[in-house]
Amino acid sequence: MPVFYGTEIASALMLGTAQYPSPADLAEAFRRSGAGIATVSLRREAAGGDGSGFWDIIRRLGVRVLPNTAGCYSAAEAVTTAQMAREMFDTDWIKLEVIGHADTLQPDPFGLVEAAAILSADGFRVFPYTTEDGILAARLLEAGCEVLMPWGAPIGTGRGLNNIYGLRTLRAQFPDVPMVIDAGLGLPSQAAQAIEMGFDAVLLNTAVARAGDPPAMAEAFARAVEAGRMARAADPMEPRDMAAPSTPQIGLAMLA
Amino acid sequence: MKITVNGTSEDLAAQTLDEALRELGYGDARVATAVNEAFVPAAARQAHALEPGDRVEILAPRQGG
Repeated sequence: MPVFYGTEIASALMLGTAQYPSPADLAEAFRRSGAGIATVSLRREAAGGDGSGFWDIIRRLGVRVLPNTAGCYSAAEAVTTAQMAREMFDTDWIKLEVIGHADTLQPDPFGLVEAAAILSADGFRVFPYTTEDGILAARLLEAGCEVLMPWGAPIGTGRGLNNIYGLRTLRAQFPDVPMVIDAGLGLPSQAAQAIEMGFDAVLLNTAVARAGDPPAMAEAFARAVEAGRMARAADPMEPRDMAAPSTPQIGLAMLA
Repeated sequence: MKITVNGTSEDLAAQTLDEALRELGYGDARVATAVNEAFVPAAARQAHALEPGDRVEILAPRQGG
């Protein structure tokens, strides 16, 4: 099972908490997913607002929370948000998002490295939402990150693993760094593929929350992730270009 | 004094961030605060004097991906 900053998590499936049809769907999706980590955020609260109600729901899930800095477009915003999240959620874990463009929600690599260095120096355990870029990954590790979270595809698109070659290269380049495919997954088969490729975990939200039956989809993802883990451990065959018969040739009748 | 709270202008008698939260009706709500884009820990709110024109952000846990 994945180990992040010295903490082993009971599942390779991480789940977001947004966009569910109801709090009951959220809770049931988490139960059936077996997810060990829930991502959460901070947003403006009106006097008498329901922030504590949501927090009560999350606490009852019994999972570890990973606050995010979603919506931040600069390192400074992300750092302040992370500081507020650390106090609010009583954790030094932070999913660091520094977004570069509203249409693609692509990480801003420069702001990301800047914020990661500041937060790591301040004692945060940073989980950077990044791309498959290996140079950026190296800079994030230098900045103090011990986990990387490359995107599969842009957030909310459900397109799966958009650049398999790039992700394979990244995985091979840093074999000992825990990596989570974060964002872009739409189907359980894509999650299984990510785990089969050697990624330690997957983090998704929209694929479950926007499914017609979120709890069922959560369980489908859990089974896919488990299948991926078993397949990885079972040492898959190497693909080849030419066909090769699986039925023995010896003893074949001469009927032609 | 006039300050901006979560993007809305407010006219408050409060002199500190802690007093402002009480005057605005947050009571003991679980919130995190920032003033002028800088985090102000809960333990520092009582000592944090507000100035006219300050921008206060008051945040709470929400759903996230």
